Amino acid sequence: MKVAYWPGCVSRGFTPELHGSMAQVAPLLDIELVELDRASCCGAGVIAEHNQELADTLNARTFALAQQEIAGGADLMMNICSTCQGSQNECQERLDGNSEYREHINETLAPEGLTYERGISNKNFLWLLVEEIGLDALKEKVERPLTDLRVGPFYGCYIVRPTDRLGIDRETPRDRYLQQLIEALGGTVVDYAGQYKCCGFPIITMNRDASLKQAGRHLGDAIDADADCLVTPCPLCHLNLDLQQPLAEKVVGRELGMPVLHLPQLVGLALGLEPKELGMSKHVVRPSSVIDWSTSVVGGVDAVAAGDR
Amino acid sequence: MGEYTLKLRRYQPDSGEAPYWEEFTIDLDGKRSVLDGILQAKDRQDGSIGIRCSCRAAICGSCGVRINGRPGLACHMHLDEAAERSPDGAIEVEPMGNMPVIKDLIVDMDAVHWKKMQRVTPWLLPEGPPPEREYIVSPESMIDITQTMACIQCGACVSDCLSMEVDPLFIGPAALAKAYRFVGDPRDGQHKQRLKDLAEDPHGIYDCTHCFNCIEACPKGVAPMSQIMRLRRIAGSEHDIDDRNNGHRHEMAFVNNIEKNGLLHEADLLPDSYGGKFHPRAVPELLRSLPAILKALQRGKVTPQKALLHAHKADENVRRIFNHVHDKDERYELNLYVVGEEDEHQSDDSSAAGHSPPERSPNT
Repeated sequence: MKVAYWPGCVSRGFTPELHGSMAQVAPLLDIELVELDRASCCGAGVIAEHNQELADTLNARTFALAQQEIAGGADLMMNICSTCQGSQNECQERLDGNSEYREHINETLAPEGLTYERGISNKNFLWLLVEEIGLDALKEKVERPLTDLRVGPFYGCYIVRPTDRLGIDRETPRDRYLQQLIEALGGTVVDYAGQYKCCGFPIITMNRDASLKQAGRHLGDAIDADADCLVTPCPLCHLNLDLQQPLAEKVVGRELGMPVLHLPQLVGLALGLEPKELGMSKHVVRPSSVIDWSTSVVGGVDAVAAGDR
Repeated sequence: MGEYTLKLRRYQPDSGEAPYWEEFTIDLDGKRSVLDGILQAKDRQDGSIGIRCSCRAAICGSCGVRINGRPGLACHMHLDEAAERSPDGAIEVEPMGNMPVIKDLIVDMDAVHWKKMQRVTPWLLPEGPPPEREYIVSPESMIDITQTMACIQCGACVSDCLSMEVDPLFIGPAALAKAYRFVGDPRDGQHKQRLKDLAEDPHGIYDCTHCFNCIEACPKGVAPMSQIMRLRRIAGSEHDIDDRNNGHRHEMAFVNNIEKNGLLHEADLLPDSYGGKFHPRAVPELLRSLPAILKALQRGKVTPQKALLHAHKADENVRRIFNHVHDKDERYELNLYVVGEEDEHQSDDSSAAGHSPPERSPNT
């Protein structure tokens, strides 16, 4: 499968391990990544807050660039960030919902020779795994099942709400995909209060205490539910849950130490990649519970493989 | 007729007992509402069940509850659908969140919702003496605020506001949507004062985390979060309100960052949100973030070089788009709530004759 790949900003900025681990995992899943290197930031809701037309034009440009790749043989556009998914869906809803508006935006793109055509398929890696690759096909590629690993999903607001804009319904339960995926990889799903809540990141510069209190509470809830780690498709959530975790500890007044994995890292572990290759040493909260687990299982797998030989 | 199980959250604060779940089996057609089910249980099995309701037609806003963990009106959800969405076939009904429970499914709307509503001065404050007869406004300028006028004060958005969950003083989605109803009204003469008040309040418009819960919760399509974003947009861009919460500064730091770099350069965003690296306000804030920054450097997440320099520069076309849109005298906003979405067939016909033009915000 070939995808027009939009990595977003944060995966190449403060969470470089996300972009890196996606690059490691893609070939194992036969995904060819054609990076949209001329595209710009999705605006993360902030540009839309400033000026809707500006955000819509920038994302229409990204879609148009992706459509050029799709015309050249890519199957669809793929992103690896919940916030990109939600911000881009919001713009797409307006662009697709009104042809006159779309023409107006396309006039701005015209000098560059770009046009956005209604109805691009833009899917987060999570959606692509379930809907395009399929969990059964993924299961067959698992080299190192996540046996006994207790994983809490953390979706990020932008990929679960509003449900109608994101195409979530009974036939397409995109708000259950992380749970389905964790099970397909052999792990145990941890149900806890914070899984669909906000990490608090958007107000970190405006109301620091409220922001860190959100992150701290969800991490604490996951600890109380006996999670070994969390997994998130959102690098912005990762910033508040991992990078800021030592500060969140102070705000909520309890020790946390909860590792948070990016989605491709969790998939990569199950596909047999090493934690270090997946950039897990770059996390602020060392994923030692995950690493201990995978070294021991790696030992087990190797021993079995050696025995077979 | 069908049999359904209702699992109600019972609680009487003055009894000294903890809240508990109680199951009731009811016998009703699946197309009757969850409220009808609760009322049957109250009528036939236990008259002490507490539920507030009036119109039973999703217009009075009295019967706000949480059904299977999601906020909404009890009269606005069919029993068959609720049963299908429930975890194990039993329809769970709880009181709304973020408000104290008076009894069972009845919450104290006065203590939270109505208090916050009063906070935003929810009445028109015209300037100057009133006209001899009625105020005359163009219909177009009122269309824009019909979305917020659709609010029925049910409290569903307040129930699930994630900012209010950690900051109970947050003015919240319902009241801020109401604030837009007046900021968007051309008859009101206090737009700037209203906005300055809401922007400077540490629990005002910049305390919303953008979580979309209120948009998802609202049974009337008010989209409170979108109204909060409009308040921010008008406060910053039209009235130049430079609030003490760094709200507008953060917005502009982000926008300028992308205009310059194309991709977000996080190392600049933080100091710029506080007014720049050397701004007196930035220093204590940056010092507080220092432990996180040092840890990121130590782990190799960020290299000093990457933090200081940013190799990526915006494509010339990205800059052109910024200039093009910023140079316009009027902001161009499309509100699908007002114009409606075209179906696919309509849109495929690109001649699109006879379409009404997108609404322009009268606040431009």
